[in-house]
Amino acid sequence: MKLITAIIKPFKLDDVKSALQAFGITGMTVSEASGFGRQRGHTEVYRGAEYTVDLVPKVRLEVLVDSAEAEKVIDVIVKAASTGSIGDGKVWSSPVDNIVRVRTGERGVDAI
Amino acid sequence: MNFNTGDTAWILVAAALVLLMTPGLAFFYGGMVRGKNVLGMLAQNFVTMGVVSVLWITGVYSLAFSGKGKWIGDLHQFGLNHIWQQATGFETLTIPPLVFCAFQLMFAIITPALITGGTADRIKFGAWTVFSGLWLVLVYAPVAHWVFSPSGWLFKLGALDFAGGTVVHANAGAAALAVVLVIGKRKGWPKERMRPHNVPFVLLGAGLLWFGWFGFNAGSALSANTLSAFAFVNTNTATGAALLAWLITEKIRDGHATTLGAASGAVAGLVAITPACGFVSPMGSIAIGFAAGVICCLAVGLKNIFKFDDALDVVGVHLVGGVLGALLIGLFATKMTNSAGSNGFFYNGGWTLMGHQAVAVLAVVAYSFIATYILAQIMDKTVGLRVSEEAEYEGLDRSQHGESAYETAN
Repeated sequence: MKLITAIIKPFKLDDVKSALQAFGITGMTVSEASGFGRQRGHTEVYRGAEYTVDLVPKVRLEVLVDSAEAEKVIDVIVKAASTGSIGDGKVWSSPVDNIVRVRTGERGVDAI
Repeated sequence: MNFNTGDTAWILVAAALVLLMTPGLAFFYGGMVRGKNVLGMLAQNFVTMGVVSVLWITGVYSLAFSGKGKWIGDLHQFGLNHIWQQATGFETLTIPPLVFCAFQLMFAIITPALITGGTADRIKFGAWTVFSGLWLVLVYAPVAHWVFSPSGWLFKLGALDFAGGTVVHANAGAAALAVVLVIGKRKGWPKERMRPHNVPFVLLGAGLLWFGWFGFNAGSALSANTLSAFAFVNTNTATGAALLAWLITEKIRDGHATTLGAASGAVAGLVAITPACGFVSPMGSIAIGFAAGVICCLAVGLKNIFKFDDALDVVGVHLVGGVLGALLIGLFATKMTNSAGSNGFFYNGGWTLMGHQAVAVLAVVAYSFIATYILAQIMDKTVGLRVSEEAEYEGLDRSQHGESAYETAN
């Protein structure tokens, strides 16, 4: 089992969500995040004085998947989130030891 | 006495309009500070309304407007005694003396309040409260007497100031510079980012200022007639021109025309037209406004060159704008607008008026700067003007008032 984490541009969230749903993903967690990568921040000018804002708003999306599907899900996210310009974000996967569905107590792949 | 009810009604309304400028100023400044200091800024402005309202009626009105002194008034109208008598030199007014006193009170409130923009984020609330009262007596009262009272030496000289370009704006601007030099830079300035926390507040405040300023300028005709209409139209026209000029300057220099720039440009125009609004033509007011928009926009950069932390640009906008407006009267004044005024250089008046304006500007700026510097030094050495480093880091809202404006202030 894998946890796939994607940091994407906020305005791309709807596209990514729809693409994942179309692929058959049934659940995800989304949170607001801020940070920077190669995009760095941006500058704002107030009365002629420049201010650098180095943390850019992003969306973090997390999905639990069966290991066999992980690469495909990553491809779906990357395709839907891409604009081709700097600041599109990153997607990574990490191994997951166990998953429990709270309501039923199901464990492992069944709980996805 | 024969009072004119139309004039009286207008000046009562104008006085109320001018009062509204101080809450407007509080929001104009409050939006520009960081979120942890916004209540501190609002409180400093509001407490000035309290301090000045009481002191003005008690004795400061008399000091500014009563008597025949060249340098300062007297205490003949202390506690509003003899308030049925018109202020010296204002005997022909068609409004009750008490109305004149109330109208002038509102000017006396906003002038010290303007200084809070310079000392933002770091002045102790109690120290500010005391300072505002002392400054009113020691600096505002004499300067208002020199320029506004027909007994005052600058008035007698022939210097023109219709609504307070020198008395209010150059005066407050020079004073802000003096206090800023005494109190020192904000911790972290200029390296740390200190962005305006709420630009919409700034625009709201600028809108209230613009609205209230009609009372300030058109009310300064002290009557409801063509002269007040000229002041009204000139005020609005110059403000529009300055707003556009500031935006154009920003667009060329920085790449963006900003909302903060629109608000700042409007206020710069209001400041610059204040001394001139009852002496120039509407076309002249466009020139004055445009000059103010460009020059004040550039002047706010002075603090970065000379490293004085005038937090919200009282020097760049009020000192520079007030001086500019007062001097441009020397070029643009015309007796066609106001027969009691003079002709400036562009109206075949030569350089005489410009000379008088320059003397008035120099005298007011020099006196205000020096007297304020001494007052601020004395207060700093005795009660202390500045909050502790910890309180400054925590923010004025919590450290000075035990409140916070927002759930998580930053």
